[in-house]
Formats: sequence, C-alpha cells, structure tokens
Amino acid sequence: MAKAPATRTAEPPVPNRERPNEPTPYQASKDELLALYKQMLLIRRFEEKAGQLYGLGFIGGFCHLYIGQEAVAVGLQSALDGEKDSVITGYRDHGHMLAYGIDPKVIMAELTGRAAGISKGKGGSMHMFSTEKKFYGGHGIVGAQVSLGTGLAFKHKYSGDGGVAMAYFGDGAANQGQVYESFNMAELWKLPIIYVIENNQYAMGTSVNRSSSEDQLYKRGESFRIPGIQVDGMDVLACRGAAEEALAWVRAGKGPIILEMKTYRYRGHSMSDPAKYRSREEVQAVRDKSDPIEHAKKLLEELGVQEDELKTVEQAIRKQVNEAADFAEQTPEPDAAELYTDVLVERY
Amino acid sequence: MAIEIKMPALSPTMEEGTLAKWLIKEGDTVKSGDIMAEIETDKATMEFEAVDEGTVGKILVAEGTEGVKVGTVIATLLAEGEEAGAEPAPAANEQPAASAPKAESTETGASPAQEKVETGARQLFEAAKHDSEVADPALPEGTEMVRITLREALRDAMAEEMRADDRVFVMGEEVAQYQGAYKVTQGLLDEFGERRVIDTPITEYGFAGIGTGAAMGGLKPIVEFMTFNFAMQAIDHIINSAAKTNYMSGGQMRCPIVFRGPNGAASRVAAQHSQNYGPWYASVPGLIVIAPYDAADAKGLLKAAIRSEDPVVFLENELLYGRSFDVPKLDDYVLPIGKARTMRAGKDVTIVSYSIGVGLALEAAETLAAEGIDAEVIDLRTLRPLDTAAVLKSVKKTNRLVVVEEGWATCSIASEISAVVMEQGFDDLDAPVLRVANEDVPLPYAANLEKLALVNADKIVAAVKKVTYR
Repeated sequence: MAKAPATRTAEPPVPNRERPNEPTPYQASKDELLALYKQMLLIRRFEEKAGQLYGLGFIGGFCHLYIGQEAVAVGLQSALDGEKDSVITGYRDHGHMLAYGIDPKVIMAELTGRAAGISKGKGGSMHMFSTEKKFYGGHGIVGAQVSLGTGLAFKHKYSGDGGVAMAYFGDGAANQGQVYESFNMAELWKLPIIYVIENNQYAMGTSVNRSSSEDQLYKRGESFRIPGIQVDGMDVLACRGAAEEALAWVRAGKGPIILEMKTYRYRGHSMSDPAKYRSREEVQAVRDKSDPIEHAKKLLEELGVQEDELKTVEQAIRKQVNEAADFAEQTPEPDAAELYTDVLVERY
Repeated sequence: MAIEIKMPALSPTMEEGTLAKWLIKEGDTVKSGDIMAEIETDKATMEFEAVDEGTVGKILVAEGTEGVKVGTVIATLLAEGEEAGAEPAPAANEQPAASAPKAESTETGASPAQEKVETGARQLFEAAKHDSEVADPALPEGTEMVRITLREALRDAMAEEMRADDRVFVMGEEVAQYQGAYKVTQGLLDEFGERRVIDTPITEYGFAGIGTGAAMGGLKPIVEFMTFNFAMQAIDHIINSAAKTNYMSGGQMRCPIVFRGPNGAASRVAAQHSQNYGPWYASVPGLIVIAPYDAADAKGLLKAAIRSEDPVVFLENELLYGRSFDVPKLDDYVLPIGKARTMRAGKDVTIVSYSIGVGLALEAAETLAAEGIDAEVIDLRTLRPLDTAAVLKSVKKTNRLVVVEEGWATCSIASEISAVVMEQGFDDLDAPVLRVANEDVPLPYAANLEKLALVNADKIVAAVKKVTYR
C-alpha cells in the first residue's frame, strides 16, 4: 500500500535566535562606483598580464588568477576599516592585494621571483603579505587561513582594538575539517570575524555539487549557530552591501558571520589547469550575462559617466599594468645571500 | 574473611599519596560505588570508590597521613556475619595484617595485582632522579637553590612571563578550569583569569591554527597540547603556518608562539600515546626545538622560549613532571636557547642525550665510574639549533661518543649527531659512534615488552664498553 504523502501541519520554522538583516545593495555615489570599477579593472588587467607572463616563462610554479571574481574582493574590501581590520586569504591572492591598494609593481615582481617583490621573491604568487596593511596572506594550504584568520579575530578581541578579521576561503576549503573547528571556537568565544566563502563553483576540477553534501554553503554555520548570507558575488554593490551588514553584526559583538559569495572564475584553477571539467559555453554564458566589470560599467553609464572617461580609465590602467610587468621582468633576482635570511628572527 | 582495602595507584607513575579524608567510618555499610576516601596524588585529589560490599571493619591509616605507599592496606571490610571490630581473619599464608596507623608495612601486604611492575618506563622514571653533577658556571657564586618539581618549574616560568607581558596567554585542552591535564597550568586561571587562560574544545588543528594566527597578529600564545601525540593533528600549522611564514614573507610575518606539552614514552600507554617527536620538529628550518631534562632548564628555557620572536616547539616529558630538582632562586632565570650543558665531566667517553635520556646517561655514568670508566655526559637541551660545537669539543677530549635517545634510532637526533661528528670530528674519533635508542617497533603495552622496547642504562653501559674496548 502506498504511503500517504505527509501533510504539512507545522508552520514554517521561525528563527529561534537573532538573525542579520537581508542586505541591500550599497547605494554608491558616482565617484565611489568609479573607484570600485577602477579597482576591478586593475585586477582584471593585472591578472591577464600575469597569465601572459606565465606563458612567457617569467612566472613559475602555481599561479591562480582572480579573473571573474573581482567584485568580491573589491566590494568587501571597500567596507573595511584599513586602520583596524585584518584580512587573510588563500593562494588566489593577487586580487585581494590589489584591492588593498598595494603597488602592482611589488606584486608582479613577487610573481616573477625578484628581490623587489613584496616577499623578497621568497614567497611567490601564493605567499604574499603586507603586515603594514594588515593583510596576513596569502596561504598555500587549503583551509589553513580559516584557523589563522580566527586567530587574528582572537587577537582583535584579546586586545580590544575594535578590529574585525575577514577570512576568505573557497568552496573547496569549505569542506576542510579545521574550518568547522574554527567555526565552533569563533562562535563559542564570540570572535569578531567574517568568514567569506568565495564560491566560484569549482574546487579545482570538482564542482560544488560533486563535493558538498550541502551545496548551499551559507548554511554551513547553522549547527554552530553562525548565521550565513548568500550574496551575488558578481555585483560589486551587492558585495559591499553584504559587507556592511556583516560588519554591523560582528562589530555589535554578536560573533562570527558567514558570507557566501556566489561567483565564478573564468580561467582554470591555476595556469596549468586546462579546465576540461566544464564547457566553453558555460564560461562564455557567465562572461556574457554576469561579468562584474561589465555590470559596473553599465551602472556607471546610467549615472552619466561618459564613454570617453571610461576609455581614459582603461588606458591609465593598462599603462600601470604594463609598467608593473616591465618592472617585474627587469628588476634583479634576490641576492644569493638572501637564501639564508628570514629563516629565524633571532640569532641563537 | 575480611577484605583488605589497599592504597590504590591512581596514575601510571604514582608510588605514594596522601590519604586526605575518610568518608566512611568503622561500622558503616558500604556498597560498590560508594566513595570511601579522598586521596591526593601529586597531580590531583581523587575519589576512591568501594568495589566490594560489606561493613567497614578497621580503618588502618588515619586521615591526613602523607606518603602512603601504593598497596598499603588502609582499611578492612567485613563480609556478612563477621563482627565489626574483630581482628581481620588471617590470610592463608598467615601474614599478619598491617596494624594501624602505620603506613610502612607494604612489603608483606601487596597482592600480585599491586606489585610494582617492572616496566621500561619505570626505569626511565627511576633514572630521572639524577641531578647534574656540574654546577652551571653562569650562576653567581652562592646562588640559593630551591627544590621544586619540573611541573612547578614550568608553571612558574609561564606565570612569570605572563606577569611581565600581557601579550602572553595560554590555551589548550583542560588548561584552565581543570588546572591542566597534567597539572602544569595549575593556578594560572586563578591568577590571570579566563581572558588569558583558555580552555579549548578537543580540536588540535583548529586551536593550533588560532594560536598561530594570534601570534601573526602580534600576541605571544602558549599552546599546550595534552600530549605531542595529539599535535600530529595540528602539525600542518606548526610547520606550514608557524615555521615557514617568516621566510615566505621575506621577514614580514612574525610568529612568536610556543607549542608545548609532554612528548615521548609515558608509562604503559602503548604506541599511539608514546612517541618522541623531537627528530620530526628538529628537521624543520624555521622552528626552535627545546627538550629539557631537569627543572632548572625547563624553567630557564621555557622563559626564553616565550620571549623568543620565533616559533618554538617545547617538548616536555610526562615521566619527569613529578621529579624534583634544584632550581636557582633568581628573580628572572632565563637560559640561552641553543646551548648544550655538561651534566657530568669525564675523560674516557662522551655520552650525549636530551630529555629523559639524560637521567639514564647519568645512571650509566655512575655504573661505569665504578668500573673505572670516566664518562662525560652532555645534555643537548635544544634540538634545533643543535649545539654541535659542545659535542665536538667533548669528543676532542674523550675521542669516543655514544648518543642516547628515548626514541627510534632511524632518522633520529642520534643519527644527526653521529653524522655531524663523522663530518666534522672524524679525526678525533678512536671508535665508531654508537646510538643507543628504543627498539624499532611501535611501543607495546605489555609491561615486559615495553621494557624490552625502551632504552635503558644497561644498554648504554654496554655501548660505552664497546667504544672503549673494555
């Protein structure tokens, strides 16, 4: 005998605890939006150039490009307090550094392994830091930055400095065990941290659906009582708006929050990934319909920015990127004596 | 027939304890599960439960008695029908029952189950009573010494540094309210509060990462692992995050953190809880690795570790925690990292070791002295950077070297020392360097097998005789 379908008797679940408000897109002025647009465009052109230099053999090892995801770092970064807040991310870190206003020259020079690189050429693409800007890397082990970022949040709370930590990680890292160990302690101790899941749909070649039993990643904090918000990561103003809401939550002492940024990377996982796991049409469809830079450009045009002005912006950025590339190609490699420096801080 | 209730062993290394309080009196009826007494060990106050049922006959050890040996009959329990207050029925072999309230009558009473099992760990533990025979030349003349346990020395080191620097805090499993799984952090919560003494969930990977991140952010964390066996869950952060980031950042990212806890074989806890990780961490550039033997070094080096701007792995030993040693009574006793210490001067052979192996080396040296072989004993104290100069200097004098390690010989500190001396001191050697270490097997549980697996003083004596051609 067929079982009768269950009748729905219960009311839809009512939240049993406070939740953040649904964020609204940030209302940017023309100048603000133009600034965000410039940053995104700088990342796009920088990454294209990095891909080119990789092909020419100037950049070695692994090189993970941020093309397609620009709105996330730029939108979130713009809401932070540069004096107080700290940021940490994984190995796809060029975009975050550029969003911080770090000179493209020292970033590109790090990619080419030169002494003038921000890590003196010893870190490379995946390991870049700027303690001056409170940017704590740049970490090569998937998920490590989540615990480390929780440690930065611990520091903010311990010191009472009013800062918030923002820890970026991908949909792949979202399955690592230490992420949940960190969630648990962060909520237990009400640490001021925003966990940003950059869901670009693919953990290297494995799609979210093939690797995650719960693919709505913003829900991943529920069993730790950490609220989550899903955000259109292809819209820089939506990203900024979500950051404002998350910051309000965290700064009010309510503990951690999760932002799941739905985004997409146009290139392979790294330069050596042929990306056979998805169709060219899929990538093209995103480029055509949801490109974050094209979207911002359209908004700027609506705000009355002239095409000439945008062209001037484009030219200036291309020039800046070309200069960075020239610098990175020509500036010398580290001195051989650098091999032995920075292993330890002190002498014993 | 009366049942004898004996002083229980409440930890693997407990030999005696204080009978703090009786919760029963003569004539009371007890059932299994009733709490009969509170017993204090060096680590904690434990409740002692009844197993058998009956009426309390005689209480033989008065409450408040200290130093009651494990196995001492402390009370008798009368079965149904026996009269309270009656003399306990003599055992079949007619041993007289212990008479109250003297606690020293253990020799006769111990049943086989409570016999002191001769294990390898016990040999290590017994040998760890040896003090250095050489006074530290750096100490001012007439420095007063106080005798404290290694456990107290570590606690004092942390407390002093926490008083001096608000950035220093302690986190780990059971470090706060429980006062430390091995009581090393005892009293810290009371003095410094929960902001600075933090209990974590059992999530080593997570809290090692949080500690490391906090260090990168500018704090000075002390992360306690309940034992270093559990730190394997966290080794990624110790090595990939803490040790390498300064280099990878071109010197921008500091990570002044101390990872500490017991390391090496404990007593009868088997393979997963008995391993020496010294060689693992000592192989990694970017880390400082310290493994002290006595309480003075534990204090002076832990203070130095906490002050260091570099990440430090500080390897303690559970069997040593309760051992007492002389510690200089100085306001701020800090030792240099990376310096070995001569524990005994000698001219015929050099025995190099570290951590609990030093006790065995000193014991072997004593035996050898009786046979006319004068051994010099060197405690490495720091495993990275290694004080190879001190070893080479001693070998130049003795021309013979035995390296002792409570751990596996393969890819060990002993192997490293052997290689260095071969490379840099070859001409000074009159015999091959020998390594005396644990057997190349996971540490077994059975007492006899554990004993066979662990390094001991006899093996050192044999090795020394070999290199001295005796």
